[in-house]
Amino acid sequence: MSTTTTTSTRRGKAPAGEKIADWADGRLGIYGLAKANMRKIFPDHWSFMLGEICLYSFIIVILTGVYLTLFFHPSMAEVEYTGAYAPMHGVRMTEAYASTLDISFSTRGGLLVRQIHHWGALIFVAGMALHMLRVFFTGAFRKPRELNWLFGFLLLVLGCVAGFTGYSLPDDLLSGTGVRFMEGAILAVPIVGTYIAMFLYGGQFPGNDVIPRFFSIHVLLVPGIMLGLLVAHLILVFYHKHTQFAGPGKTNNNVVGMPFLPVYMAKAGGFFFLVFGVIAIIAGTTSINPVWVLGPYRPDQVSTGAQPDWYMGFSEGAIRAMPAWEWNFLGHTVNFGVFIPLVVVGILPALIALYPFFESWLTGDKREHHMAERPRNAPTRTAFGAAWISAYFVLMIAGGNDLWATHFHLSINAITWFVRVGLFVVPFLVFVFTKRVCLGLQRRDRDKVLHGRETGIIKRLPHGEFIEVHEPLPQGEMHRLTSHDQYAALEAGPSVDDNGVVRKQSLVEKLRVKMSQGYFGEENQIPKPTVNEYEEITSGHGHH
Amino acid sequence: MKKLSARRRHPLAALVVLLIALAATGGLYATFAPADKAQAQGESTSQQDKIETGKKLFTVGCASCHGTGGQGTTDGPQLVGVGAAAVDFQVGSGRMPLQQPGAQAPRKPRVYSDDEIEALAAYVASLGPGPAVPESAAYAPSGGDVARGGDLFRTNCAQCHNFTGKGGALTDGKFAPPLDGVAPKHIYEAMQTGPQNMPAFPDKSLSSQDKQDIIAFLDEVNGDEAPSEGGFDLGGLGPVAEGLFGWIFGLGALVVVAVWVAAHTAKAKKS
Repeated sequence: MSTTTTTSTRRGKAPAGEKIADWADGRLGIYGLAKANMRKIFPDHWSFMLGEICLYSFIIVILTGVYLTLFFHPSMAEVEYTGAYAPMHGVRMTEAYASTLDISFSTRGGLLVRQIHHWGALIFVAGMALHMLRVFFTGAFRKPRELNWLFGFLLLVLGCVAGFTGYSLPDDLLSGTGVRFMEGAILAVPIVGTYIAMFLYGGQFPGNDVIPRFFSIHVLLVPGIMLGLLVAHLILVFYHKHTQFAGPGKTNNNVVGMPFLPVYMAKAGGFFFLVFGVIAIIAGTTSINPVWVLGPYRPDQVSTGAQPDWYMGFSEGAIRAMPAWEWNFLGHTVNFGVFIPLVVVGILPALIALYPFFESWLTGDKREHHMAERPRNAPTRTAFGAAWISAYFVLMIAGGNDLWATHFHLSINAITWFVRVGLFVVPFLVFVFTKRVCLGLQRRDRDKVLHGRETGIIKRLPHGEFIEVHEPLPQGEMHRLTSHDQYAALEAGPSVDDNGVVRKQSLVEKLRVKMSQGYFGEENQIPKPTVNEYEEITSGHGHH
Repeated sequence: MKKLSARRRHPLAALVVLLIALAATGGLYATFAPADKAQAQGESTSQQDKIETGKKLFTVGCASCHGTGGQGTTDGPQLVGVGAAAVDFQVGSGRMPLQQPGAQAPRKPRVYSDDEIEALAAYVASLGPGPAVPESAAYAPSGGDVARGGDLFRTNCAQCHNFTGKGGALTDGKFAPPLDGVAPKHIYEAMQTGPQNMPAFPDKSLSSQDKQDIIAFLDEVNGDEAPSEGGFDLGGLGPVAEGLFGWIFGLGALVVVAVWVAAHTAKAKKS
């Protein structure tokens, strides 16, 4: 480029970095890319960094996972253990389990890397869940981001699949119970269940195939898809630009923040090492999944206290809480005790995944939204999200019911009944409660805008009356509290048209009107103060 | 007397009466209660003396539920034929005497001394033949094969007691207690006698050597000096504890870090 020529004439020789950059630009066009993206602006808010936690823990998990594959033998061939862990000497086990013991006890750094891998995986999935909740509660899934929301959701689901298959690989008694659990769940699917189970396990459980197959799924298939989705997810974040919270100077058409280079490059780079550091400290000090004391998997052995990792806990809970219903239908067993929980476990995540499409159908809003909403300003959505979380938690409680029972001295039967009732009642209560809280906060905002902040200063007026001085909010704050959009609820419309002919209204349309009333009707959102209201009040007496 | 009756409506009168009554009851109890120590110090070495002492202790401390001759009542099971091992386990681990009725008697600080337990055991053993208290050579962890014990434990015990004996829940508030810090002798006796909701594993189903192997395994993974190779073990409870820890301390710490990073940003001007 022209600058290169001038510098080389002046200094005789261009710096090496510049030469390399020129060389690469000639082949990759990086200058154009950099020009377009280097100064990309990102808004600053801690909750916008949750996705970064996921990205970095994913990278950490991949790096440590690669190291583990160097030493792990995904084989179900039986061997007699003769390795470094004396208490297992002479026990017959699969090569998968034996090599996991070797990684833990004979490989340099093996145990640490295993623990970083496992802790990183738990934090990765937890981070994705939290990131998703942030996006949900701030309405950041609205147009144009619905597809990216689905990408993120798929990443979360695949993260769980990767986690479950990885957890199964050591073939210890705990994870083997999980693999057995999964077989039972597959068998409970009517008609095709048996075939799928036989296909997946290569015959009767446990067979010799499931660990090698899970290995391929765990190290190749799922991470491959996840990497692709991750790249797409990030490209879309760049393309859509990041959402931001309302504030002075922040509009739906701009992004206010810091440039990617140098600020976010430095911050993100540093944050990566902080994430790595936190995970490494935890992994270095805290044991996770000590498979050597759990023993190798044998189908004739089972232990109490066998739970999956946290993200599958709700599926465990659904099965633990479900009554053991079973039909015998024309000589075939239909196992509702397992099949119904399986359906619940499918429906619960689907509800949250498809929510953006429901909301855009409900509002009929085709505009682009780049402002992150405050949860209180969408009371019904926030209440739905909270209710969803509570349902998930109720099932999690069921998943750990034995530990609740022993550690809180409760009857496990009582917990099971609490869950059976609570799964329906608790989300309802949480919904009502959260909605009331949101409406209360909206009223508070309205009050603050119209009447200002209570200063705590008591003033005595000449005629003896005491009043508290209210201080008007700063302009920026006022803008922050009132900049959000409020939808008007749909009206049912007249039952007859202008010519007196009965108007046909589909059931779906009626439902939509009803739902819209529930979302945006009079009692379901507090109208934000209008300019007229504000002026009317402020032009009065100074106080009230 | 007149002085006393003049003050009988004093606001504190009731309190004074209550204190006097309590002191009297306590004093009477202290005077007439079975003087445990005095009896146990009798140094009765002969078996017959032990049985005699045991019978006395039994009549005072156990008979109200188990019947005066150990024949059992609606409140407690029959003790004929349970053997000395059962008494040594139940009383030695503090489960008996029962503190309150409930789903199950929990382990608690024991009430009787070694000598008293021995006497009680001798008495109950005299009611009918049953397993005797094992010799220490039979249950010493050093005499067992850890690997074999682990296998046996996972086959016979882990269903209720968890992989490494951390305990587990049974129905209706009953539970399989954690085996942390339980004396090897008591583990042996529990297997032998099957206390409370636990099935018995007599020598026919788990030989003496099997039992010792299991004890050796428990000592290895759950004993006081059991190593935790991976670091802090979170109670050894598995994924529930790990998930909770990961969310609170893992993700929690990362959120704190994120807040910190977000709060420290490049500024247009220094202030």
